[in-house]
Amino acid sequence: MSQTPTLNAESVTPVLSSYSDLPFYRKQIRIALKNCGIIDPKKIDEYIARDGYRALARALTELSPDDVITIIKDSGLRGRGGAGFATGIKWEFCRRSRATPKYVICNADEGDPGAFMDRSILEGDPHSLVEGMTIAAYAIGAREGYVYCRAEYPLAIAHLKMAITQANEYGLLGENILGTGFSFDLHIKEGAGAFVCGEETALMASIEGRRGEPRPRPPFPAASGLWRKPSNVNNVKSYAMTPQIVLKGAEWFSSIGAPKSPGTAIFALTGKINNTGLIEVPMGIRLREIIYDIGGGIPDGKTFKAVQTGGPLGGCLPASALDTAVDFDSLVEAGATMGSGGMIVVDEDTCMVEFARYFLTFASAESCGKCVPCRIGGQRLLEALSRITEGNGTPLDLDEIDYISNNMKEASLCALGQLTPGPVLASLRFFREEFEAHIYEKRCPAKVCKGLITYSIIAEKCEGCMVCIRNCSTDAITGSKRQPHVIDVERCSRCGICATVCKFDAVRVE
Amino acid sequence: MTRLENAEGLTRLRDTLQKKPRTEKPGLPVISIGMGTCGLAAGAGETYHAIQEELEKHNLEAVIRSVGCIGICVLEPLVDIQLAGQPRITYANVKPSHVPRLIEEHILKGQVVHEWVVGFVPPDW
Repeated sequence: MSQTPTLNAESVTPVLSSYSDLPFYRKQIRIALKNCGIIDPKKIDEYIARDGYRALARALTELSPDDVITIIKDSGLRGRGGAGFATGIKWEFCRRSRATPKYVICNADEGDPGAFMDRSILEGDPHSLVEGMTIAAYAIGAREGYVYCRAEYPLAIAHLKMAITQANEYGLLGENILGTGFSFDLHIKEGAGAFVCGEETALMASIEGRRGEPRPRPPFPAASGLWRKPSNVNNVKSYAMTPQIVLKGAEWFSSIGAPKSPGTAIFALTGKINNTGLIEVPMGIRLREIIYDIGGGIPDGKTFKAVQTGGPLGGCLPASALDTAVDFDSLVEAGATMGSGGMIVVDEDTCMVEFARYFLTFASAESCGKCVPCRIGGQRLLEALSRITEGNGTPLDLDEIDYISNNMKEASLCALGQLTPGPVLASLRFFREEFEAHIYEKRCPAKVCKGLITYSIIAEKCEGCMVCIRNCSTDAITGSKRQPHVIDVERCSRCGICATVCKFDAVRVE
Repeated sequence: MTRLENAEGLTRLRDTLQKKPRTEKPGLPVISIGMGTCGLAAGAGETYHAIQEELEKHNLEAVIRSVGCIGICVLEPLVDIQLAGQPRITYANVKPSHVPRLIEEHILKGQVVHEWVVGFVPPDW
């Protein structure tokens, strides 16, 4: 049976709002995310119907490789992986390198906790990456490319594989693309889970089949990269923006965003925020607009405390920085980094010392161990922070954090070691009083650090319902029915489950 | 798939695809389900099967497509329903238990289920 129902006119208007009027989308400009959630990513036809591969056709038939580089340079596009280096200049370096063959590489080793920008593009619009990389290959003179994607993204890899196969079948990839004589082959290399492989020299070592360890730069990949040949490494988002820039022009792109950071920024909004999700906003937008207008503010009526940008190698910004413009330079100036786009929001219930310790645990565990400052420095930093959160911190620990951090920044081989102290230093800069409360008063203001808090039951509020007794995993609570219960501080593991299950708000945390 | 021999071939293909309706038979409703990792984690797989079963139950034909993440992950699973010539309307947090009512009211009766609506996707998106 086939039927053609229609909507009742009055059931549609005027109550339904367009996406472009919804608070979540109103301030967004979708360039790299243009097709995400709109097209079926498994069908190349849906991409082509939305002008897909037209930029590639234009580049191959109307533009010289130098023209393409000029367009990217004029657009002002800066690498979306985090460092913000001018993409056009990077391409030019690679083009000018004499050695051949050359390689185009996409860094899709998105490893930051709470970041899923690259994954969403690979899953939702893989052809934009394929097209962007092919244009880059034409511009620099490469005929082979690699997408280095973490194996923890099976769906992204599956969709990308499909995209590559389909593009090959249409002659949009492979030999003699669109009959122009230009050829480009694209391969996928799955990462094996090491965070450091997001660093470009480690990434290339991993593609070569070697251990994922970084090496000093220079030489930069543009001169000597994969298999010591000139290579261009960009992030997924940078490549995904390329077709739009080639299609709509450098002027169009540079008119969006901030003067020194044109275009859009993509963020994965997570943590204590109402609208968890993926956003693409013009550079220069205020943090406040992202967190309150787009993100919908903090849930449960709690107050905003800080936002971590740049993941475990970035930094946090406090409420006083909410009016900071979100672009590469302003964020660095304010004490954080742009990073590749993770944005983790925390509220008043988060202890900033513990928060910094969490990221440090991650970064130090992911140190590849090749250079001493990162391998040993990360451990010693973590020990100092652990002492503070456990209530054994001394004022000397703050000096030690400072000393180790500076050494790591100066002497580490790659960005992983250089930026590992970032979250600690930013927390210390903006929330020093919390560190001091842990050290001098042996108190955790957010009531999180287990070594510094005690649970007790307020006898007047306790109804004696025994719910907490049944839920306590260490049998630390005693009492009988309809009699106020008591927590044995010695046995209590400070898991907080009693406070969660108590219906009478009778559990006190101090 | 035929190989595209030149840039004009690509343009012709695009034009054909733009004119061609998304459905084999004209007039079928198109249901798009957000099935990126965020959607799947929120249960889009179950929702997908529930929609298939419900359509079978009513002996209804429709095109079911899976799409990526449109951004507002907190509202996943997101399901868009588009009747022929009508706006593409997005529903939020669609669990299998919501599916019978959605099919019944939106597809069979042409009534938008307002309490679950996020909005409609503008045609120029």
